[in-house]
Amino acid sequence: MNFPMIGRTLGYMILFEAAFMSPAALTAAFYREKSVIWLFVSMVICIVTGLLLVLLIKPKQKRIYAREGSVICALVWFLYSFIGALPFRLSGYIPNMIDAVFETASGFTTTGASILTDVEALPHWLLFWRSFTHWVGGMGILVFVMAIIPLAAGGSTMFLMKAESPGPSVKKMVPKAGQTAGLLYRMYFVLTLSELGILIASKMPIFDSLCLTFGTAGTGGFAVLNSGCAGYPVDQQVILTIFMILFGTNFSAYYLIVTGHAKDVLKISEVTTYFAIIAGAICLITLNISGMYPNLGLAIKDAAFQVGSIITTTGFSTADFNLWPSFAKWILILLMFCGACAGSTGGGMKVSRIQVAVKTVIKELDNAIHPNNIRKIKYDGKVLDHAVLRGINVFIVSYFLVLGASVALISIENMDLETNFTAVVATLNNIGPGLSKVGPAANFSAYGPFATCVLIFDMIAGRLEILPVLVLFSAHTWKDGEFLGPSFGKERRKSKDQDFADDLMI
Amino acid sequence: MKIIIVGCGKVGETLVADLCHEGHDITVVDKEDAVVDLVCDRYDVMGFAGNGASYPVLMDADIENADLVIAATGHDELNLLVCLIARKAGHCQTIARVRNPEYNQEGHFLKEELGLALVLNQEYASAQEIARVLKFPTAIEINTFAKGKVDLLHFRIPQESILDGITLYELHEKLKCDVLVCTQEREGQMIIPNGNSILRSGDVISIVATSEEQAAFFRKIGLKTNSVRKVMIIGGGEISFYLAKMLLRVGIQVKIVEKDLKRCETLAELLPHATIIHGEGSDRDLLNEEGIAQVEGFVALSSIDEENMILSLYAKAAGVRKIVTKVDRVVFEEVFDQLNLDTMISPKKITAEQILQYVRAMQNSYGSNIETLHRMMDDQAEALEFLIRDNFGHVAIPLKDLRIKKGVLAACINRNGKILIPRGGDVILPGDTVIVITSLKGMNDIEDIFQN
Repeated sequence: MNFPMIGRTLGYMILFEAAFMSPAALTAAFYREKSVIWLFVSMVICIVTGLLLVLLIKPKQKRIYAREGSVICALVWFLYSFIGALPFRLSGYIPNMIDAVFETASGFTTTGASILTDVEALPHWLLFWRSFTHWVGGMGILVFVMAIIPLAAGGSTMFLMKAESPGPSVKKMVPKAGQTAGLLYRMYFVLTLSELGILIASKMPIFDSLCLTFGTAGTGGFAVLNSGCAGYPVDQQVILTIFMILFGTNFSAYYLIVTGHAKDVLKISEVTTYFAIIAGAICLITLNISGMYPNLGLAIKDAAFQVGSIITTTGFSTADFNLWPSFAKWILILLMFCGACAGSTGGGMKVSRIQVAVKTVIKELDNAIHPNNIRKIKYDGKVLDHAVLRGINVFIVSYFLVLGASVALISIENMDLETNFTAVVATLNNIGPGLSKVGPAANFSAYGPFATCVLIFDMIAGRLEILPVLVLFSAHTWKDGEFLGPSFGKERRKSKDQDFADDLMI
Repeated sequence: MKIIIVGCGKVGETLVADLCHEGHDITVVDKEDAVVDLVCDRYDVMGFAGNGASYPVLMDADIENADLVIAATGHDELNLLVCLIARKAGHCQTIARVRNPEYNQEGHFLKEELGLALVLNQEYASAQEIARVLKFPTAIEINTFAKGKVDLLHFRIPQESILDGITLYELHEKLKCDVLVCTQEREGQMIIPNGNSILRSGDVISIVATSEEQAAFFRKIGLKTNSVRKVMIIGGGEISFYLAKMLLRVGIQVKIVEKDLKRCETLAELLPHATIIHGEGSDRDLLNEEGIAQVEGFVALSSIDEENMILSLYAKAAGVRKIVTKVDRVVFEEVFDQLNLDTMISPKKITAEQILQYVRAMQNSYGSNIETLHRMMDDQAEALEFLIRDNFGHVAIPLKDLRIKKGVLAACINRNGKILIPRGGDVILPGDTVIVITSLKGMNDIEDIFQN
């Protein structure tokens, strides 16, 4: 394990967190809020610890491997949640540190679950920081930094990107990892700006448009009003719906459009399936809930908003879907598991994984009937490599293991099953609201410190797609790390010679 | 430049490592998934699995925007096909690695009519390298510049040499020889020495000098420079054939040991002046019988690396003065160094180096002025030959007044065929070629050697 390299990378990342905090200071300057002093205190803490790590640690070996990639990635996300919580805690708006970390982790992982009962009581700068964490976390923290500075030597940056990027396999768009990261962020930036522009044009207050844009871009879901998004006019809700769905689309589709291959987008089966699922879910839910609405149009609007919000794992709400009939609720829970496309900012299991899993089941069924049948699983016209299939299967198994264990752990606090189950589903898939006591009209403040910690773990595990976080907590990662190469062998041999010499003496 | 490399074997991977280091955007194509994954994990490159000669695969690799395609698979015909398709699909330069000497005759046609650059015949290039070393047995490695006029000689300072313990300043006074020590390597660490550096026995140093000065220098330090007269070659492959031909031409006696009778007969036909021995190269009695102790040069060219190393060690023990070992898989170079066998030749590395020289030369048209490039001392140092253009910014300024970067040494100036070993008062003029030795990588222009 290359500890110096891990330490130094973490140092750089902490310095970047200070930079990420700075836009919130501008908001405070605009609204003349004095409590912003605590933001500056947090920034100073970041800069001091970051500089100490960067200046004091001089790694001899700059190369990192898959193991360090996973560990750095998982550590960065826990560290960011902890440090990002300082403004909440220090300013006193969230008096409990664990709750503050939950709120920040929920921000960075783009979950959007909150423990705050009265959001409107927060000062503007804190609301801004809370929403801005969505935007930063959406495309990935390490990916952002990689676009600016080379974090590690040579090709080893790929290990960082692999650990952070959502989806079963990471593909570069251009040969260099740094350039690929830059490209992703450029597309992310353009989409964000266009949403912001359109929202402002639709006469939404600028502060609200900023925060909601961050929320949709990262598919996070923090709103600035206690009523969520229900208070905004219909046209703005429609804009939000469209952009939520756009941010849940695989970004390689946008790359194809930018490079002039728009037709090829239809060949990405994940994107077409994603839109098909959305359309199907909207139809089913509209049919199911139409009785509750005065006209079909309103029902479609709410169904579409909620489907878009849940499948992309954003978690905004315009209606309290906790009150919907159970068929509609179950569809939403299924969408929570499904999640958005790989290579987007959304969470969940990802459409492509579900597609491949279904194909695997069909293939096994076939094999049960024709045992000697040879069949290969194809995806987008290419035969899937065994390693990719194995990765997907392992992901699904570990996903449900974490899900089961988490529900068991938080059940100790004696809430009802629906609340516990959906609370874990909503955090592990980075959605935000669940059902019953954690539904869109309620929040997570009812949980005690232990359950909150479990949910923090779930959020980060869900964002990094389980394995990197499990690697971080696995004893093997830390134990049998050092194999020193030749000198290791030499020492062993020497002692053997010594034994031999001793034998001769006798 | 945007470069696509098709085929990621030894040659391909060496190219990826070097070109990636120089900051090019690289896409690799190989038919093995696992190889592509491995290379993508090790280097910052993009990879595609598939047949590099298929149009869709090349399109995936963005052939339309590529500047250069290098076909480095193990199959000549595939390489040629890749280049032809790449030419048609994109607007790029192409380099094909071709081994079969039969294509040598068509080299001109392929180059002119089809627009392919060929890197031909790694066996011939290897033989050339070995021959050069054998002709000058004290050297470990020889790099030539200025179209063969200047040699950069690497050799190990022998025990109890008069060079042991003196500084470079003293060297110049004591020997009164116009030689320049360019690099010094001790225990695997390479430095560009200055006047105060002290030489020790066992160091590997490289020197630049004209041929007359070389001879004088080696005579004064007491190293024998007379070239070998008898060479024993183990293994009768293509390299042996080329090598034997080259050595026989300059009057060196050659004895080839080959285990395949048919091959022996062919060789005997082709090389009437060589002694062809039919037998197992690893047979100790045979080697003794054929007089391994009496030869001055021993070249191990069998197809098994390990056997080559063992045989070379045996030859060393038998007292052979100059030993060349062919090693194909250059992975554990440090281990090889510890064996103290002077010269290691790796045909694949030589091929990769040739292709690299093509790429560098190609960059010429993009504003780089490199004439020749050599990697030395396990790639710790580079020797580059720059052409000085008219727009050179430091014309006629004495070298001692130029602010040259640390780790860079101007080793030689070639002015219209006259070789100068530069001293502080010498100047650089347009039209010169300057040979620069450096431990810094990725230099593309003579201006890169100066501090900003």
